[in-house]
Amino acid sequence: MSAPPASPRRPSLWVIAGPLSRRHYWMFAAIGLLVPFILWAALSASAWVDPVFLPGPARVFARLATWLIEDDLMTDAGISIYRVMVGFLLSAVLALPLGLLIGAFRPVEALLEPLTDFIRYMPAVAFIPLVMLWFGIEESAKISIIFIGTFFQMVLMVAENVRLVPRAQIEAAQTMGASREEIIRLVLLQSAKPAILDTLRITMGWAWTYLVVAELVAANSGLGYSILKAQRFLKTDVIFGGIILIGVIGLLMDQAFRWLHRKAFPYLHGRG
Amino acid sequence: MKNEILPSKVTIRHLGKVYDGSTTGVAALQDINLSVEHNEFITLVGASGCGKSTLLRILAGLEYATSGEAYCDGKRIDGPGAERAMVFQHYSLYPWLSVLGNIKFSRGLKANRGDITSSDVEAASGRADALLNLIGLDKVADSFPNQLSGGMQQRVAIARALLGRPSMLLMDEPFGALDAQSREVMHDMILHIHRIEKTTIVFVTHDVEEAIYLGQRVVLMEPRPGRIHSIYPVPLPRSRDQDMKHTAPFRELKAEILARIRESSGMATDLELLDKLCAQSSAM
Repeated sequence: MSAPPASPRRPSLWVIAGPLSRRHYWMFAAIGLLVPFILWAALSASAWVDPVFLPGPARVFARLATWLIEDDLMTDAGISIYRVMVGFLLSAVLALPLGLLIGAFRPVEALLEPLTDFIRYMPAVAFIPLVMLWFGIEESAKISIIFIGTFFQMVLMVAENVRLVPRAQIEAAQTMGASREEIIRLVLLQSAKPAILDTLRITMGWAWTYLVVAELVAANSGLGYSILKAQRFLKTDVIFGGIILIGVIGLLMDQAFRWLHRKAFPYLHGRG
Repeated sequence: MKNEILPSKVTIRHLGKVYDGSTTGVAALQDINLSVEHNEFITLVGASGCGKSTLLRILAGLEYATSGEAYCDGKRIDGPGAERAMVFQHYSLYPWLSVLGNIKFSRGLKANRGDITSSDVEAASGRADALLNLIGLDKVADSFPNQLSGGMQQRVAIARALLGRPSMLLMDEPFGALDAQSREVMHDMILHIHRIEKTTIVFVTHDVEEAIYLGQRVVLMEPRPGRIHSIYPVPLPRSRDQDMKHTAPFRELKAEILARIRESSGMATDLELLDKLCAQSSAM
């Protein structure tokens, strides 16, 4: 007698490049986020570390609350977001057309790409002393650092996005009688748009990093400056709170870009 | 040369092509002479590297010959033109446009707009709808290309190429990526289109059976340097059906062309090498 046929076994979660249900995804995500948080809470509550150097989550969030209510957290966050936005938009406004031209025309590529490649390897942080000499610690100084840190990378990435447009898409337009201007506007730009939005999302993350760098050395306001000020007075809870806040704002911006991607390019996200 | 009468649809004379960076110095195309008649369906076949795609791309105006010349309707070809539409093997559809949007793409271009009246626009919409019907995709007009199968995508590409009523359709292995069943459907569809649209079709393929089934003449090309070996008239009636593939004339022509391709593509030397390797391994 043979045993009744076994019901098909669920595939293991640990198959290489295997599928993962939504429920499992969120389960693992929750573990990944909660475990470090619990470790942090446990470590700070233990006698091993001085709470001055490692404040517990409760103290950090209480501090964030008083920062929000009594001090001007919104002003600090607002000025930081403003700087990122201006620096980032300035980069984007110049990098998009330039990247498009480099990607579309080989002579422009030869003219500008080696130069851009060279400058992008100069660390943006090393420009800070020069920028401070030129602009002092005015807004333009912070915005310049963000610009230097993102612009050159952005140009090269946008150029690459444009170069990756399938040749057949361009040639099809040529055989249908499209002019050069029409090929750039109706094919290259449209085809590369989703990839360019991803480029903007990634460079936004870098803009955020350079903002903090700029605020640490050349500012008297903003989240980065608050972190620096807190160090002088040994207010580690403020440092923790500031870092977490910067992370959360960055994450929200990233998610906003992803949402925009889904809304703007429905043809790339699932069927219908 | 200018005042000479060129009665054929396409005339190619002593055409040659050497690529700029060619290290071997072997011509991609050498001394190509060919005439294509009005409303003819001609197929180019040959081993890879024989230059059949290059020749097609020169006719499309996407590449330039380095010697000789090619004429379409008596005018020298020196760039792309809307009267010579092209269908590519893949990746040529615009994924951000719907099926209908893709088909109507050329309508929005300045070159095709001219002085547009509302009745022209109506006629164009009617033409797009008629083409959708012709390719049997009227039910998915609003879908995006990535929601369609490969065969359906190629049908959209064909309809898009036909929108502006080109007098010539250049096809570069358009069904090369499709499965055998879809290919047969596509073959009968393109023959039907050829019949009712009265376009001249130049069709490149590496599949000998496809070349014979579709073509009124089959041009066999050979590599190193790329050249025309011979031109075979297909001994079948113009109106084809799948059963003809089993007739004697079809099979004989297929065998002849295949034998010639094998001979020229260096398979013989490969077999020698294989024999040597086998001998070595058995000696060990």
